[in-house]
Amino acid sequence: MSSTVETLRRMAGDIARNFAAMGHEKAVLATADHIYQFWDPRMKAAIFADDHSHLSPIARDAIEYLQTGSHPASQTRATEFNSVDEVGHSDAG
Amino acid sequence: MGFERQKDFGTPESQSAEQVTLTIDGREVTVPAGTSVMRAAAETGGDIPKLCATDNMKAFGSCRLCLVEIEGARGTPASCTTPVMPGMVVKTQTPRLEKLRRGVMELYISDHPLDCLTCSANNDCELQEQAANVGLRDVRYGYEGDNHLALPTDHSNPYFDFDPSKCIVCSRCVRACDEVQGTFALTIDGRGFASMVSAGQDEDNFLASECVSCGACVQACPTATLQEKSVKAIGRPEKAVVTTCAYCGVGCTFRAEMRGEQLVRMVPWKDGKANRGHSCVKGRFAYGYANHKDRITRPMIRDSIDQPWREVSWEEALGYTAGKINDIKARHGARALGGITSSRCTNEETYLVQKLVRSVFGANNVDTCARVCHSPTGYGLKTTFGTSAGTQDFDSVMDADVIMVIGANPTDAHPVFASRMKRRLRQGAKLIVIDPRRIDLVRSPHIEAAHHLPLQPGTNVAVMTSLAHVIVTEKLYDEKFIRERCDWDEFDDWARFVSLERNSPEFLEAVTCVPAQTVREAARLYATGGNGAIYYGLGVTEHSQGSSTVMTIANLAMATGNIGRPGVGVNPLRGQNNVQGACDMGSFPHELPGYRHIHDAETRSVFEKDWGVTLDTEPGLRIPNMLDAAVDGSFRAIYIQGEDILQSDPNTRHVAAGLEAMELVIVHDLFLNETANYAHVFLPGSTFLEKNGTFTNAERRIQPVRKVMEPANGYEDWQVTQMLANAVGANWNYTHPSQIIEEIARLTPSFAGLSWERLNEIGSVQWPVNEKFPQGSPVMHVEGFASGKGKFVVTEYVPTDEKTGPRYPLLLTTGRILSQYNVGAQTRRTDNVVWHDEDVLEMHPTDAENRGFKTGDWAKLASRTGETTLRVLVTDRVAPGVVYTTFHHPSTQANVVTTDFSDWATNCPEYKVTAVQVMPSNGPSEWQEDYADLAERSRRIDTAMEPAE
Repeated sequence: MSSTVETLRRMAGDIARNFAAMGHEKAVLATADHIYQFWDPRMKAAIFADDHSHLSPIARDAIEYLQTGSHPASQTRATEFNSVDEVGHSDAG
Repeated sequence: MGFERQKDFGTPESQSAEQVTLTIDGREVTVPAGTSVMRAAAETGGDIPKLCATDNMKAFGSCRLCLVEIEGARGTPASCTTPVMPGMVVKTQTPRLEKLRRGVMELYISDHPLDCLTCSANNDCELQEQAANVGLRDVRYGYEGDNHLALPTDHSNPYFDFDPSKCIVCSRCVRACDEVQGTFALTIDGRGFASMVSAGQDEDNFLASECVSCGACVQACPTATLQEKSVKAIGRPEKAVVTTCAYCGVGCTFRAEMRGEQLVRMVPWKDGKANRGHSCVKGRFAYGYANHKDRITRPMIRDSIDQPWREVSWEEALGYTAGKINDIKARHGARALGGITSSRCTNEETYLVQKLVRSVFGANNVDTCARVCHSPTGYGLKTTFGTSAGTQDFDSVMDADVIMVIGANPTDAHPVFASRMKRRLRQGAKLIVIDPRRIDLVRSPHIEAAHHLPLQPGTNVAVMTSLAHVIVTEKLYDEKFIRERCDWDEFDDWARFVSLERNSPEFLEAVTCVPAQTVREAARLYATGGNGAIYYGLGVTEHSQGSSTVMTIANLAMATGNIGRPGVGVNPLRGQNNVQGACDMGSFPHELPGYRHIHDAETRSVFEKDWGVTLDTEPGLRIPNMLDAAVDGSFRAIYIQGEDILQSDPNTRHVAAGLEAMELVIVHDLFLNETANYAHVFLPGSTFLEKNGTFTNAERRIQPVRKVMEPANGYEDWQVTQMLANAVGANWNYTHPSQIIEEIARLTPSFAGLSWERLNEIGSVQWPVNEKFPQGSPVMHVEGFASGKGKFVVTEYVPTDEKTGPRYPLLLTTGRILSQYNVGAQTRRTDNVVWHDEDVLEMHPTDAENRGFKTGDWAKLASRTGETTLRVLVTDRVAPGVVYTTFHHPSTQANVVTTDFSDWATNCPEYKVTAVQVMPSNGPSEWQEDYADLAERSRRIDTAMEPAE
């Protein structure tokens, strides 16, 4: 296993852990939404191919949800982006 | 603009709405109530002679030169200290006044050297000017009596001299230090004839004093007593060009005062809306790096990093680079390519780099240094407020009643804003500091925090939640605001959460190390003390729960109704000069300019049509993931403009491994920085003095950057990016950054109303600037939140995985110092090194004693990631169990020690929490020795081959 996969496991776990207060079902969707919107395809492919038993239940369910080809609607405002002519949102870092 | 001093109205502008009409020298004039007679005259075309008055500080009334006659009033009052009154009739020039002023001037000149022709202030001296204005023709007292003419000059400060023989004791320097800068380093020592400006104790010179070299005293001095060494060396400027500083996110504007193409000095522009005529040691003086001997001005290439660099022509460098890029793309696909935009470059340059990566390379692997600083601000404020930019302008602080500073050290990192904050604090605003260190704001002259919460690093969420616990359980929240502006049910859920006993200050005290009573008192003050404003920095964001902490801050501001008007708000203090702009310009891998996601087909189609390409539909890699992918072999080439990721990013060994694994590393910079040790192509960059464009500061203010000299490398950075794009196959033909601004405005709704011409007309504007907000937007969320309702978010405290233990029992946190900036690439190449020439490790006396350290001893600093050595500074500024250092010097490489842990939402590194051990050392670490060897070998330049052009 490469250190990259370890990093991806940790990243997925951290995301899941911070959404856990939403309750399992919502947290799974929020985690899936986050990964869908922010991760590069090779990162997603690597974690799909990984052994999911190393993941927390929320992270595991989120990854397996995405693996079916589904992706949820925005679950937090962080993943609501401006539409083409919209000004409102920003996520300046 | 030709050279002339900025108009000085003598006393500050009155903010009163009430108008007063009076007569001055027969002219009927109307000015705001509270205006001085001096200013009223100056504003309406009649300057009154003055020496001790200047318009960025309170009237002083000591020089007696500005006397006037007022009908019905006895004597000849000083116009600077006399406010206008309705119907007042003033005469500023009468035979009686002439005689009085001439007499005053005679006394001044009787103890002033008559060396005007050889004086460095000749023709730029207020004393000389006023002597002429009052018609001084002779000094009756002679020059034989006691005088100060033989006093020695203090040359100790690297940037300015203090020549007391020329001092007229007007106290402008002392008052500038007090009122403008807020350091109180200067005083008038002695009485009567013995009165002298003094920097501290008798034995102190300027360098040894508490002076922070902001330059306010130099700017205020009406003679050559305090003057820039550069003016002495070069001579009087002949023209001035207003431009924007390239250091921190405050975005100070300066007059670059020039002789020909030589920069004589940088003088803060009084009309600058971010700095209001003030400056710090970096922006004012630390520009010498632009001409430093280390600067590289010719392109260089090499096939592998163990070879010396070879200077080549631009044509050869670009051809070589394009060939490599196209080859890698053919073999590994577009997603093997990427780039990093620079927060030190202009908006236009940043825009072009992301355009190059997306439209020419063909992938979305573009990121920026915001990844490692304020990306959690983006996530956190967007989630709660709907838009993530800071909510206020800097002026807003003057309306604050309670100021909460969290994880920021403004006096060091944002000094010009800190001076304004301190001015408000001296006026009576209360201060709460939440920081593991006792930063200067906690207690400094005339400033004392009401509460300092010295929390354990890594417990921000716990502390903020415990503050919320007090506000909710003691019902100190603003129900009206919440019901109007937020979703009440969401508030209710959040309120229930923070009210849990496990979130109380008493329960969390064991975790945070902050006394519960202090938390309770701070919460009550913030909630009930009037306008509450929160300012925060990287001590909030650079944590594994950085985004969560930002949300806790937003929750607190919403719960107390501290949003949507001057004096309140949530204000991220951004690190680099254009970090806001770099983000606005589409530097993140998941979104195009204007914060529109790459998944959105409609948005893509707008850019595809304009750019004539098909865009990748998927997000690209963030910086740390680029490095991971490089090690794995799927990421092969990177173009890095104006960033030094080897020194600035965490876990240096991993960064080095990632860079070393790439086939092509292109560094576009002023210097062979640390990242360039792993580069194959070096494209020389231009400084902010050598280019046109715009920067966007921390308050979303877009300001012009103007070229004052030709680029030493031949090209502005946007031109280099364009040449690279065209070499790879694009067909760009911009001839001026104004055309890039047009394109940005055309494609980005929040900048629709922006143009170079408009910016030159109005000076600056805060986005959004469009049809709805043609004048820009100083304060956000005034009528309501940008996206409807403010959202309360439950933020459970999740302790970091970085734990102390027997092997690594201390917590390291990192930060900045006033005189140095970021990785020090610029400031280390200036005389600022006299204040800080190495990174040191701050350690509490208890920890030092336990380990046998005294100040100056060498120490090995070791973490699970790596180790380095540096000297110890024993100080109780840090708490027991916490050590602190800066990351300005590559010889230390503090980031060898920091870890890969990062913010859960944005991957912003957890720089602020690293478990470490500190032990005695007698020399550099193995890493430092190896790295020094690599750096030396890597910087060899073969200049035998002349460029082809």
